[in-house]
Amino acid sequence: MLHRRHVVLGALCACCLPPRRARASFTLREIAPGIHVRRGVDEEASPGNADAIANAGFIIGRDSVLVFDPGGSLADGAALRTMVRERTALPLRHVVLNHVHPDHIFGAGAFLEDAPAFIGHARLAPALAARGAYYQQRLEEVLGPGAAGPVVMPTQEIAAAGEIDLGGRVLRFTAHGSAHTDNDLSLLDTATGTLIASDLVFVGRVPALDGSVTGWLSELEALKGNGAARVVPGHGPEQVAWPAGAADLTRYLGALVQETRQAIRDNIGIDAAVEQVAAGERGRWALFEDYHGRNVTQAYKELEWE
Amino acid sequence: MELAMWKPVLLIALLGAFAAPAFADEEAERQAHWAELREAVFGDRAAVDGAGLIALEAPKRALDAALMPITITTRPDAKVTGLTVVIDDNPGPVAAQVQFGPRGDPSRLALRVRVNQYTYMHAVAETADGALHEIAQFVKAAGGCSAPVGAGEAESLAQIGRMKLRLGAVAAGKPVDAQLLIRHPNFNGMQMDQLTRLYTPMRYVQQVEITLNGERVLSMENDISLATDPAIGFRFVPRAEDLPGKLKVTVRDSDAAVFEQSFDVPASGS
Repeated sequence: MLHRRHVVLGALCACCLPPRRARASFTLREIAPGIHVRRGVDEEASPGNADAIANAGFIIGRDSVLVFDPGGSLADGAALRTMVRERTALPLRHVVLNHVHPDHIFGAGAFLEDAPAFIGHARLAPALAARGAYYQQRLEEVLGPGAAGPVVMPTQEIAAAGEIDLGGRVLRFTAHGSAHTDNDLSLLDTATGTLIASDLVFVGRVPALDGSVTGWLSELEALKGNGAARVVPGHGPEQVAWPAGAADLTRYLGALVQETRQAIRDNIGIDAAVEQVAAGERGRWALFEDYHGRNVTQAYKELEWE
Repeated sequence: MELAMWKPVLLIALLGAFAAPAFADEEAERQAHWAELREAVFGDRAAVDGAGLIALEAPKRALDAALMPITITTRPDAKVTGLTVVIDDNPGPVAAQVQFGPRGDPSRLALRVRVNQYTYMHAVAETADGALHEIAQFVKAAGGCSAPVGAGEAESLAQIGRMKLRLGAVAAGKPVDAQLLIRHPNFNGMQMDQLTRLYTPMRYVQQVEITLNGERVLSMENDISLATDPAIGFRFVPRAEDLPGKLKVTVRDSDAAVFEQSFDVPASGS
């Protein structure tokens, strides 16, 4: 049933682009010593891109490998796993499920055979319990039966902060308050000053709000003081400078908060607000028309209770 | 229409028998489905084309199927006494049945609804002469009813019953625009927790009563189609002797919980 495709799946709206023939190029870049990133395409999920629409990657330490944002489908995860194996034979001990959205988690199934620890925010398990099967079903309507992959639950939870040592390489984890979602987990590679932000940072592709817009801004402010020199965003280039690379996102979220608050003060309804709030951001982001209206709806729902 | 006789749960069960077939894409099937629904709600009463008397504004394509803002407007001189909103292919199609009282003004009603699949949405106005005036709009949205609960619902449950009221300009004898927000998760019983394999039990706002100094503005009955944190945009008309006054809201949910709150209506201004 075609019409079932017109569903917004949190970060994944399957409604907009026709399937593409060209397969996404699964090329990998080493953005800092031992940190490899596969850039996601700025598209919606389609059979042509295997839902490889978010950035994915891995970090090679002295003793083991850690995968973050493990891909958007079983095939995407399998491609990432192949790239790991082309570069190292070290054991694959950790896979980070950075948040609940399908384009960031369905590749995890490709790593089950390695029996790694699956690391997630303490609120990830309930979020996956509520949404995982739904995301899987919707993604398979786009990619085909069985193509999404299993819903992999976290086996190691981080409630506030944590550290993992890959052997002479300590990664610091932060479980964030409600921001992009209510289960965002970021990690900082102290050896290279690299922040793996997942969808706490969007570059170029319009942000998708599924948590708290005010929370997102405050989590970003806190992250800006972490001393990192670069960030791997959840969507956009493999890396940008930190914190300068968050300037556009901060501006967008700031406009969303200010103009939504103003609309509420002016008794402008949620339907009219969708048309006018942060309209100055139009033209500055990929996929703006697909997500912005929904972001305004989310922000309005949050801010009208202030 | 005898609202007092209306039993939402029974009606949901009754209408479940008419649940749209999976491939109800044919226009004829959609029209037949509406005819069944109309009969279930209004019996054999005829309805006329409401164009010109009633208008239904809804986005043709939903940005968020779990929160679709809709607005119903009626001609101010039409003597509308009640409004019914039906989302034909939703599991509980009758989203709202509103009766206006002496202090109410039916010229504008705004709601936020869930939409489960591509469907017609109908608004029916009942006028003082007992006539029914219907209008339809087709909306493209899907998944709004079974869409999983998010972080917001937890907050709604924690703050259940909290209300906010926003008023436009107040002047005696003139319609006042009001926006009522009610914290309530409005669980519709269709969201499953994969860990427990249990559905979150149904718990939704069933009735909202709004009065101005004890006189009815409106009374609304709902089933499971209102969005989380129900929002009701409505109008009321205070007389000079009503101002300053108290707008009182009473909300009853399907667990028989009652939430009440009174809001000050100033003598004038906004």
